[in-house]
Amino acid sequence: MTSVPVRSMALLAWALAAAVPARAADAAVKIANFTFNPAELRIKAGTKVTWTNEDDIPHTIVSPPQVRSKPLDTDQRFSFTFTTPGTFKYFCSLHPHMTGSIVVEAATGSNVQ
Amino acid sequence: MGSHDRDDRPSRRKALECMTWAGTGVLWTVAGGVPASLGLIDGAVAQQAKGFAFLQISDSHIGFDKPANPNAKGTLEAAIGRVRALPAKPAFMIHTGDISHLSKSSEFDDAEGIISQARLDVHYVPGEHDLVDDDAGKLYKERYGRGSKGAGWYSFDAEGVHFIGLVNVVNLQAGGLGNLGAEQLAWLEDDVKGRAASQPIVVFAHIPLWTVYPDWGWGTADGAQALSYLKRFGSVTVLNGHIHQVMQKVEGNVTFHTARSTAFPQPAPGTAPSPGPMKVPPEQLRTMLGIATVTFQQNAQRLAIIDTPLQG
Repeated sequence: MTSVPVRSMALLAWALAAAVPARAADAAVKIANFTFNPAELRIKAGTKVTWTNEDDIPHTIVSPPQVRSKPLDTDQRFSFTFTTPGTFKYFCSLHPHMTGSIVVEAATGSNVQ
Repeated sequence: MGSHDRDDRPSRRKALECMTWAGTGVLWTVAGGVPASLGLIDGAVAQQAKGFAFLQISDSHIGFDKPANPNAKGTLEAAIGRVRALPAKPAFMIHTGDISHLSKSSEFDDAEGIISQARLDVHYVPGEHDLVDDDAGKLYKERYGRGSKGAGWYSFDAEGVHFIGLVNVVNLQAGGLGNLGAEQLAWLEDDVKGRAASQPIVVFAHIPLWTVYPDWGWGTADGAQALSYLKRFGSVTVLNGHIHQVMQKVEGNVTFHTARSTAFPQPAPGTAPSPGPMKVPPEQLRTMLGIATVTFQQNAQRLAIIDTPLQG
């Protein structure tokens, strides 16, 4: 588990580096201590979001009707590419007090970067 | 310890004659709704009971192998060993859910292989960990749901006591607590309608039916609605799991009680950043896991719940 911050930073660096090309960036959400981090993530349409469970208990990512992951055991990941603008609220169906949201902005006009 | 024989044949008669607990735990007696702790039971202190006893186990989490307990099978085996060692055979066992960790066939198989060694009828309700297979609970329903309604709720009578198994881990809503749902509530209301208020009621479900700690989701959103149907009964006992620790509360004629897990402890509400598995020194683990026996002493209108750790 000591490698976790390094990995997160690496993902973040990757996400920043990938923001410029036409291809949408990848983004990451960490699940730790029964919390989605960041709880709200703003992305451009077409971005692939990957959740990684760092808890010792399984969690899911559910945003009806589109997103429904299998239970992620420790260190398992789930990815979903958001193509439609809008706000997608999601939660863990095992621990419903865990909530988060993905705010997807239109990809057009996103080349300000 | 008296003259208990070691005959394992199902014999309710022996349970009726004598209820003896060899172990360590806190004995609660409840008379007129007021609980009184009789202190730690140590070794071979006997509790005479003209009633019948059943057992509760919970949160086996077979498949869990993380540092908080790399051997959840071993601790379930130890729990069943305690059950088998009981001098008076309980009438049956209830399991308040999270049999498995990830709803895998192999996990249910392993749990069944161990729990069946108790040679007792087992009445199950599912925990949220038992319904995460691809078909959202199909495996659980096939194995444990025969004769049940909806997502797996049911009731039965034993020794004049009405037992109700509820499912509050289905269709959970974002930001919410455990959930029974309208269909199950309607069934419950109908199930207890017309029953004599003097009949003792035992309700069991996975997530606590009362609000223990909403920040961690420890409660049931429509639990109060369910309990409103039981208000008129003189003796209501609510048995839950999910929080992996013993908690008890008495409200009027209702006694709420949660059982320990046989797999891993969880922190007391608010004492940790999250309710995740609590890592304790190996020598402490088995003092924080365990089982519960419940004894009805019908004529005396008394009920006793004894929580017993696997060790210590």
